[in-house]
Amino acid sequence: MVQIFIDGKAVEVEEGITIIQACEQAGVEIPRFCYHEKLSIAGNCRMCLVEMENSAKPVASCAMPVADGMKVKTNTEMVIKARKGVMEFLLINHPLDCPICDQGGECDLQDQAMAYGSGIGRYVEQKRAVKDKHLGPLIKTHMTRCIHCTRCIRFSEEIAGNDQLGTLNRGEDTEITSFLEKSIDSEMSANVIDLCPVGALTSKPYEYLARPWELKKTQSIDVFDAVGSNVRIDSKGDKILRVLPRINEEINDEWISDKTRFAYDGLNHQRIDRFYSRNADNKLTEDSTDNVFNILKDKIINVSKNKIASIVGNSLDCESIFAFKLFLDNLDAKNYECRQDDSYFIPNERSSYIFNSKISGIDESDVCILIGADIKKEAPVLSSRIRQRYVNFEKTYPIFRVGIESKTIFKTIELGSKSNSLRKLNEKKNKDILLKSKKPIFILGQGAMCSKDAEGIFNFSLELHNKFTSKTSWNGFNILQNYSGRVGALDLGFYNKKYTSNKSIKDDIYNEKFEILFLLSADEIDFDRIPDKTFVVYFGHHGDRAVKRADLVIPISCFTEKEGIYVNLEGRPQISRQVKLPLPSVDDFSVVLKKISKFVNINLGYSNPQELRELMLKNFNHISKVNNITESKLPKERKIKNAFLNSEITSSVNNFYMTDSVSRNSPVMSECSMNFYKT
Amino acid sequence: MIKKNDIIFSNLYGFKSPLIEEASKRGDWKDIKKIFKKTPVDIIDEITKSGLRGRGGAGFSTGMKWNFMPKGDKKQHYLVINADEGEPGTCKDRDIIRNEPHKLIEGCLIAGYAINASKCYIYIRGEFYNESIILQKAIDEAYKKGYLGKNCCGSSFDFDVFIHYGSGAYVCGEETALIESLEGKKGQPRLKPPFPANVGLYGMPTTVNNVETIAVVPTIMKRGYNWFSSLGTKNNSGSKIFCISGNVNNPCNVEEELGVPLKYLIQKYAGDVVGGWNNLLAIIPGGSSVPLLPKNMCEDVLMDFDSLKNLGTGLGTAGIIVINKQTSIVKVIARLSEFYKHESCGQCTPCREGTGWLMRMMERVVNNDVSRKEIELLEEVTRQIEGHTICALGDAAAWPIQGLLKHFKEDILKNVERKSKVA
Repeated sequence: MVQIFIDGKAVEVEEGITIIQACEQAGVEIPRFCYHEKLSIAGNCRMCLVEMENSAKPVASCAMPVADGMKVKTNTEMVIKARKGVMEFLLINHPLDCPICDQGGECDLQDQAMAYGSGIGRYVEQKRAVKDKHLGPLIKTHMTRCIHCTRCIRFSEEIAGNDQLGTLNRGEDTEITSFLEKSIDSEMSANVIDLCPVGALTSKPYEYLARPWELKKTQSIDVFDAVGSNVRIDSKGDKILRVLPRINEEINDEWISDKTRFAYDGLNHQRIDRFYSRNADNKLTEDSTDNVFNILKDKIINVSKNKIASIVGNSLDCESIFAFKLFLDNLDAKNYECRQDDSYFIPNERSSYIFNSKISGIDESDVCILIGADIKKEAPVLSSRIRQRYVNFEKTYPIFRVGIESKTIFKTIELGSKSNSLRKLNEKKNKDILLKSKKPIFILGQGAMCSKDAEGIFNFSLELHNKFTSKTSWNGFNILQNYSGRVGALDLGFYNKKYTSNKSIKDDIYNEKFEILFLLSADEIDFDRIPDKTFVVYFGHHGDRAVKRADLVIPISCFTEKEGIYVNLEGRPQISRQVKLPLPSVDDFSVVLKKISKFVNINLGYSNPQELRELMLKNFNHISKVNNITESKLPKERKIKNAFLNSEITSSVNNFYMTDSVSRNSPVMSECSMNFYKT
Repeated sequence: MIKKNDIIFSNLYGFKSPLIEEASKRGDWKDIKKIFKKTPVDIIDEITKSGLRGRGGAGFSTGMKWNFMPKGDKKQHYLVINADEGEPGTCKDRDIIRNEPHKLIEGCLIAGYAINASKCYIYIRGEFYNESIILQKAIDEAYKKGYLGKNCCGSSFDFDVFIHYGSGAYVCGEETALIESLEGKKGQPRLKPPFPANVGLYGMPTTVNNVETIAVVPTIMKRGYNWFSSLGTKNNSGSKIFCISGNVNNPCNVEEELGVPLKYLIQKYAGDVVGGWNNLLAIIPGGSSVPLLPKNMCEDVLMDFDSLKNLGTGLGTAGIIVINKQTSIVKVIARLSEFYKHESCGQCTPCREGTGWLMRMMERVVNNDVSRKEIELLEEVTRQIEGHTICALGDAAAWPIQGLLKHFKEDILKNVERKSKVA
């Protein structure tokens, strides 16, 4: 700790921080444009100049480290003049087109011009105009507005890990552009929109839609991957207009992926808003609620209960899954499953399907082993976190990778694509690296957990992990889940133990073992292989793959239309909030289920969603502590019976932009996938 | 007034060959082994005592700069020679490189030994192509003679010299921008601290010195620091190459003691101002970036760091630009503003935006298309740039205009008023 004086007030601050951070701690506001906590220091906007004793010139507070006894003044004539001067320079070539600028109302330049500017312009010469750049389908540019803070450049280099942005020319003619004006090929690209302090980089899908003060802001969480990024959903009326990240250092820092940010427009397309049944001509036609429920009742009553199979989708909240489980348990129809991809896990062992080191554990780790994890597509936010660790480690952070070739945003040591190549970790040069490590993290992706060798890989990795961490209490054995609903479903026990990764419920479905198939927003199975005789009931909000095969379609509300608990890949329960009302004549799944239960004479034990949640939390302890993770111990190692089958470990995500029924129906996402997945 | 045998750069005009045969006759590389018997600390000490100040413009004590280098660490140290001579009105380094390259190379070796740098990069301006050929030839000769390379001069010290070509950006003469450029990046100054002595080229401790500074080091070591400090005035010791250009009859480079009177310099070596001394309007005494001096101040000013600083200007690189009464001083300064606008790297706000503003206003001043209020604005803008930028280019753009307004404001206003009356 060092003592410094800010405006004459003594403040104790940590060593090594800069003046601007010290001022922040002391509650003194310093204006800034280029400085950003999560990015490296550029010191080029000169807005944060402060007076320092023994320095003739004002110093840039963002770049000057604190020293013991330092005396800083932030409100002297010199500082005020310097700020005014810099503000004027920033504005002389800025178009001042705030009335038609999307940033208006949330613009740093606007705010700081009001607070620190001089009120009148004295510049009468010609202003600069800059040609707009093409940066892809998500980012709209207005480069004349750019103030050259280089936040976007630093972000894309340091966090997104692609060097596609840079400056051209020099002096007044400096321009920010991507290399040859190509689209920015990064899953995290749109974060530069938030970073841009002016309206130079704005959101293309949100173009000219609203002003920030007209928006209703809902603090929610993201459900498009298992990370559970904290987001703020902005809506106007019943339309969601944009999604922005919320800061949560434990999870997503302040970044979100492009899918999280833009896939919301899929919620306005292809929605199921009425009941359908399949008629004699094998055509899906609209039907009345009662009719549909009666058909369903007849089917349920007249079938043996072990002939009923149920599958839940990947992005469901815990309440829906729990209600469904209550319903099926009451029916005694226990052939249910939440894993459409047959991913491997050990029943009742929570640590076998969560990210045990927690996301923040990445920041402490000293070696990373990625096994079948195409992390750039599966969890871009985590990928960036690993990159930050890699950059902060002065690029000597060893990252091993097993799995087929795929792009990463850090340098990796490739071990091979087959499961056998895992054994290379025991080779001397690799082992030496691991032996030196105190906190290794193993990340097992769904590419590995869904492969034929899943059990072998799991046990081999676990054994290795325990060998290298036997002397410490470090738990760096992590499973990377892909779907926001998966951990919750496994926590709630929505699986049948007789189905394992080798013996899938899907095979039984395809082999005509069942007469009724309930699908709760489950769209990821092969619908062509479902026998014609099977009666398929689909509960869902999107007319996606399943609807083509379904015999009954029952609409339910989607995640923004209800409140629900989601458990992220760390096992951290978080609440997703209701942003808008459901579509007319569409109910929440728990309400729909309640109605059905009346038809088939089942008592579900709840009468409204509130009671349902209470019932659930009473039964499942580890999801009751919202935002907290319940620690769990690693499972015991099991001896592997046979060696690896040596299967190839593939990537579990083909197209990052289209992974579920919502993103598949999003026009923005389809534009992205056309742009970035050209064939 | 320098004595003939005190002149360091005896072949400054290139009357003799720059190569080693002739150079060794002039005393280059003589007794180099003796110098290696001294410890690095002794060498730094001697240079500090000699009072040598950096010849690149800032005039910082060279010995002190070398002393900033960490001692006893195991890191690779670098010596970087700034041969990116871009200051308008200056052409001393060019003459040193083409006519006295061995003095530079010998200086590199001594400086490298003193700061424990086994690698030296000479960052030479790309336009100095012919000069770089001569320099490379001289380096090759030194290698052949065993002065450079492994165990150079019979000592246990290894030393390598490399030439790196710049691309003519003015800002790359700033030491941290030069380092960036040397690393292959865009030539933009770095934030200080950390200073290059701690984190410099490739993150290692680095000293960046001007060509002239390094080229005088061997002579100081050979003739002793007492000799060097006996030249010049107090705190401004030694001799210096002055580059006299502009409206003089005989533009030239000349080596003289620091503290020589400006008038003497111009009349003795440059054949006086065109049209006689009384035809003098103003002089820019230290390369384009320092404020000018009007004639009355030029009469008895001494050419050294401190005397010029007292008059509100600076010695800079000692590039003396003489302006006589037939020249439009406003046009001269407007041209400089254009230069600085063109050379601003664009990294920090005041310089990027301000230099363009200055240039446009100066254009209007040239055309007498300004009001009194705008002249005041012009000055205010220079104050808004000065001291608020990352590097000194912002100051360099502001000072010439400040000098102009300080001494010629009334003349400009008279012209403006005359024009408005005509209109």
